[in-house]
Amino acid sequence: MAENRNIVLSAKDIEVKFRVRDHYLTAIRGVSLDLYEGETFAIVGESGSGKSVFTKTFTGMLESNGTISNGSVMFHGKDLTKLKTDKDWEGIRGAKISTIFQDPMTSLNPIRTIGSQITEVIEKHQGVSKAEAKKQAIEIMERVGIKNAANRFDEYPFQYSGGMRQRIVIAIALSCHPEILICDEPTTALDVTIQAQILSLIRDLQKELGFTTLYITHDLGVVANVADRVGVMYGGQIVEYGTVEEIFFDARHPYTWALLSSLPQLGVKGQDLYYITGTPPSLYNKIQGDAFAPRNEHALKIDFAQEPPMFKVSDTHYAKTWLLDPRAPKLEKPEAIRDLHEKIKKMTEKGGAFHVE
Amino acid sequence: MSNNNTDREVIVSIKHVDISFGSGAKKFVAVKDANFDIYKGETFALVGESGSGKTTLGRAIMRINPCSAGEILFEGKRISGNISAEEDRNVVRSIQMIFQDPAASLNERATIDYCISEGLYNFHLYKDEQERVAKVDRALKEVGLLPEHKSRYPHEFSGGQRQRVGIARAMIMEPKFIVADEPISALDVSIRAQVLNLMNKLKKEKDLTYLFIAHDLSVVRFVSDRIAVIHLGEIVEIAEAETLFEYPLHPYTISLLSAVPMPDPLIEKNRKHIVYDPSVLDQSGEPREMREVRPGHFVHCTEKEFEGYCQKAAQLEKEKGKA
Repeated sequence: MAENRNIVLSAKDIEVKFRVRDHYLTAIRGVSLDLYEGETFAIVGESGSGKSVFTKTFTGMLESNGTISNGSVMFHGKDLTKLKTDKDWEGIRGAKISTIFQDPMTSLNPIRTIGSQITEVIEKHQGVSKAEAKKQAIEIMERVGIKNAANRFDEYPFQYSGGMRQRIVIAIALSCHPEILICDEPTTALDVTIQAQILSLIRDLQKELGFTTLYITHDLGVVANVADRVGVMYGGQIVEYGTVEEIFFDARHPYTWALLSSLPQLGVKGQDLYYITGTPPSLYNKIQGDAFAPRNEHALKIDFAQEPPMFKVSDTHYAKTWLLDPRAPKLEKPEAIRDLHEKIKKMTEKGGAFHVE
Repeated sequence: MSNNNTDREVIVSIKHVDISFGSGAKKFVAVKDANFDIYKGETFALVGESGSGKTTLGRAIMRINPCSAGEILFEGKRISGNISAEEDRNVVRSIQMIFQDPAASLNERATIDYCISEGLYNFHLYKDEQERVAKVDRALKEVGLLPEHKSRYPHEFSGGQRQRVGIARAMIMEPKFIVADEPISALDVSIRAQVLNLMNKLKKEKDLTYLFIAHDLSVVRFVSDRIAVIHLGEIVEIAEAETLFEYPLHPYTISLLSAVPMPDPLIEKNRKHIVYDPSVLDQSGEPREMREVRPGHFVHCTEKEFEGYCQKAAQLEKEKGKA
């Protein structure tokens, strides 16, 4: 389905290195990604898998000790990796590609009014008058669900609740009509009830304004809610990607299996929850073979010796695991996530634990 | 489903507790008329959104927040308000807390050895240096860390390991009761599972009782025996964990349930998220109190609502019977 759509952004073989004291840490090890117009792509992975770092290359926001040592990010015929100064980024960062961060308290300035923080962006990027900017700001505040926006325009961030603050951050990000919205863990700091509201707000706005959304999250429940396509990241690489149905119901990579199995929603009372043993690999050293092999109970001998290539499962579904090699032994996915749809259906149907009327 | 709650030993008893901040016109009541018992050996979960007063109540049990009305009993003795210095020490030792953010709750300039032994130092719970070291080593092993980690600093650990240190620090005091305030909310999904398993294991081994404070019902279902749902300082529903999921009655509980994200794109995308609207409640102004709808299942309601809940529970029971 994705082939006949336009690609808005295309990242090829991105490699990112950080200089830490006298060592180099390779945070991203050759990641490619095509974003299609209007879709919602979600990147999932544990902390330290490189999901935030990867998307920061799209907006030139890498920390000062980090460099893109290889690859390209094509956006409107321009290679974003070639942009150096803040001036180069003008007109792209914040205007065409915007980001929403995890914690709304740290992304807003605590000593400036909400209104001035929104109008600043509008004035800067659209060059309109103060009065016009204020009008637009109030409009967008109402659009993201702030009641009584005109009166709350002159309030400060501390007078807003966490969910309201995140709405303001969304308003700021959308005030310049970006083509791509990067949501970096937008709901991790929020309650489940507020999370549901924010996710549906972003979805409604996307339908209305037609931008492309890139989610970064570690919560597969959120992914199921929002995504069209999913990429699973581990040790600085995308190890599996496909449509959201393919990832949830037909996952092929043992890491994706492990992530799915460890969801508390699937836990059985009285039994231990499944968890992934060990810790993610150190990115200071060169990784030999499959990065997940040391934590993988299904690891083959070759996983420790040679890095697997991307195997094709379907036109939209690829996975980087030797299990898909024709010579590999047949392996069933873990019991906990077999017939996932049937299990969840039972939970949410009449009589199930998560059924509501 | 146990109806024999009356025979069980109560470890903490919250009796009509109000907690307020400020006074006069600025007085803000954070918790209103909380009234429930926590039985020995159970995991009692307190679920609600931010600002609902769940942490405030947990801190009141820790003697951090004073109660403005009512009292809290621990093992039958009052621990709220003024108590003797000796009893205070006993409470401080027997009730320990596990915090949400392991990075913020550990002293970043102290070694793990010191972080874990601080309680031992304060209470002189060791005969000599050798015994202290042995105790710290044992606590580390219990939570799945190694004795050689002792000389490290908190920043050298991952989030999950830091939370283990937080748990070890609580366990070394040999507590009877633990207030776990959102112990896994700041952690990654895969690490959440490890910490939950660890808490369950320690509970069995040491016969602990937990007050588990959380906002996510999916997690709570897995760990808890009984659940109380709190909304804007009022406890709206208390039930056995499975009962609460099978027979959710209060509209706020239902809205919380509907907000739990399910890991299934086909279902999740069509799921209704119910936003809680207090106007569906009885607006007659009649006083509300906790009423027992089914054995062990209490809902905060007026007389009129109570009848409605009873009918709904009966109807749900009938449906379950058919299935």
